Amino acid sequence: MELPVPVEYYLALSAVLFMTGVAGVLARRNVIVIFMSIELMLNSANLALVTFSARLGDPAGQILVFFVMAVAAAEAAVGLGIVIALFRNRQTVLVNEMNILKW
Amino acid sequence: MDFERIFFFATAGVAVVSGILTITRRNPVQSVLFLIVNFFCIALLYLGLNAQFLAIIQILVYAGAIMVLFLFVIMLLNLGNEEALAEKWGGRKLVAVALSGAVLVQLIAILFREEPGTAGWMSPGFGTVESLGDSLFRRYLLQFEATSVLLLAALVGVIVIAKKKTN
Repeated sequence: MELPVPVEYYLALSAVLFMTGVAGVLARRNVIVIFMSIELMLNSANLALVTFSARLGDPAGQILVFFVMAVAAAEAAVGLGIVIALFRNRQTVLVNEMNILKW
Repeated sequence: MDFERIFFFATAGVAVVSGILTITRRNPVQSVLFLIVNFFCIALLYLGLNAQFLAIIQILVYAGAIMVLFLFVIMLLNLGNEEALAEKWGGRKLVAVALSGAVLVQLIAILFREEPGTAGWMSPGFGTVESLGDSLFRRYLLQFEATSVLLLAALVGVIVIAKKKTN
């Protein structure tokens, strides 16, 4: 069964969203925005997985997206917990002012 | 241009614009709201790819749960005035945009140069709750149970990390 929109378009959109997330991680200093950029990258990878799943007629891609969502939920919870703990100690959310792991 | 293509390009356009706005807004609350718009667009695209269950899960888990968690944390932190969060356009940002743009050009060049492989055949009911649940609880049952352990570990970890030291 042929998809109504070519697979390349979905994958190109996925690439654009992924690189938007990469640019956000590299350019921003606010750690919460960096987390959001990571979520953007996870979502674009999910979009690519669903596209391939539909193209190949294989449900394994959609199952993997399901697990990625579960891991993303855990990651967001742990990451935001770390942000709260850091903010309590340093009163900042800017990554260039967080240097407690620096030697 | 048939309906599916117009739908795809409209949704993709909104997704890209909201993604870019997410990483460029100064106020993180605005970033969260644009990211929710982005997640809704991706859920709509899932519908066009025969992934109805994942579209619903995307809205419930991502736009519902995870982004509300982000909003809660932003409000909990009480970030103060926006001037303190201002970030200037320096050389670092130019490098970031240039690097990601270069990789993007490479990715898209590869995408449109390669010949697509043979398409598979989607069984009737592909992507519904029934078919996904069937493979989730038969073939991928062990992974599914492992996910529950992962979520429990995350739960305990967050409590340990974010708890106030009492003594």
